[in-house]
Amino acid sequence: MSEALWGGFLALTEGMRDLALNGGPSIIMIAVACVMFYLAIAKGVEPLLLLPIAFGCLLVNLPLSEMMGAEGTLRTLYNMGIANELFPLLIFVGIGSMTDFSPLLANPKLLLFGAAGQLGIFLTLLLALGLGFSKSEAVSVAAIGACDGPTVIYVSNLFAEKGQIPAAMVGALAVAAYSYMALVPIIQPPIMRLLTTKKERAVKMPSPKGRVSKAALMVFPIVVVALTGIVAPKGLPLMGMIMLGNFLKVSGVVPRLSAAAENEIANVSTLFLGLAIGGTMAGPQFLTRETLMVFGLGFVAITTDTVGGILLGKIWYKLSGGKVNPLVGAAGISAYPMAARIVQVEGQRWNKHNFLLMHAMAANTGGQIGSVMAAAIMLSVLKGLGIL
Amino acid sequence: MAVVGMGGTLLTLGIMALLIHLVTVFLPPANDKEDKP
Repeated sequence: MSEALWGGFLALTEGMRDLALNGGPSIIMIAVACVMFYLAIAKGVEPLLLLPIAFGCLLVNLPLSEMMGAEGTLRTLYNMGIANELFPLLIFVGIGSMTDFSPLLANPKLLLFGAAGQLGIFLTLLLALGLGFSKSEAVSVAAIGACDGPTVIYVSNLFAEKGQIPAAMVGALAVAAYSYMALVPIIQPPIMRLLTTKKERAVKMPSPKGRVSKAALMVFPIVVVALTGIVAPKGLPLMGMIMLGNFLKVSGVVPRLSAAAENEIANVSTLFLGLAIGGTMAGPQFLTRETLMVFGLGFVAITTDTVGGILLGKIWYKLSGGKVNPLVGAAGISAYPMAARIVQVEGQRWNKHNFLLMHAMAANTGGQIGSVMAAAIMLSVLKGLGIL
Repeated sequence: MAVVGMGGTLLTLGIMALLIHLVTVFLPPANDKEDKP
């Protein structure tokens, strides 16, 4: 009898003992999960993603947790949609359906800001290679510069599934990407002010006069997908899904599918993706020197993206004889529509009569396309090098 | 790799901008009711 009681007592306290004896890293990660809860709930920092990621992180770090074991719930979710890149792609269908590309079609040359806004990806790639990361790890870290969580997860997981980067790195990259995306309103304005003069920031741009036909809106996703397929076929799943979502929307004949892509599909995929990513954040695997470096390099990537966009804006300002406000370049990243709103607010701070929103929205949607295209091109280059 | 990547991105998006411009030129808005600003 006493043996049974003692055995039962030991079984019930096994978790506590495990936490006390081996739980150092897990306790730190539980604290990290609590910080993420705080940021998501109290500060409104990317709650859609941070909340499920934090919960996944909590579940996997509790003592004796089997959530990420061979038969675990989080492992099942991971295998269902992260290991095969399904969830990020489904989220992209939703993003495509939510995005209005008409400001970009009204002023297509602003797409170039979407290319300049990817400078961070390539500078970070060089920096990561210089710091001794392998090519696969360097490309994964550099993808944070895409300012686009699903792209980061998609790219890094391609390497993780081949064993070229540790699976825990996918979690670190995702958390870094979403954290920095949420910090864009804090990171961008000081860089914008540092790199531009008061005169440049006050440049008033006239409202775009161009109108866009429904036919052009429908041809646009087809053109983008076709060009991606020809130039960088490795990125076709990413671009294909975002443009599919947009095509559903602009065709106007499948409102139910478009609404489902925008709501149910995107929401369910986001929940499962967040939980599964949180599941990769087990303390012993997550708390490494590489994770810290990922966060450091991610910051470099995000800041240099903004620098790239603004520098192109300054060149454009000179070439146009002062007609283009260089601040619009800062919107050439994928954080949509946050980056465009920041440009609008910052522009009006220096000239109350300035209305940069439509130009910034064009650059911002260009940034979305640019980030996916940059990732697609990197993947195709890596395939050419025999790495993928 | 970085140079090819950045150059490729700029070039591809430049071509894309040109194609989009052509699309909007050849498919102009037919009437105000159908148009989107």
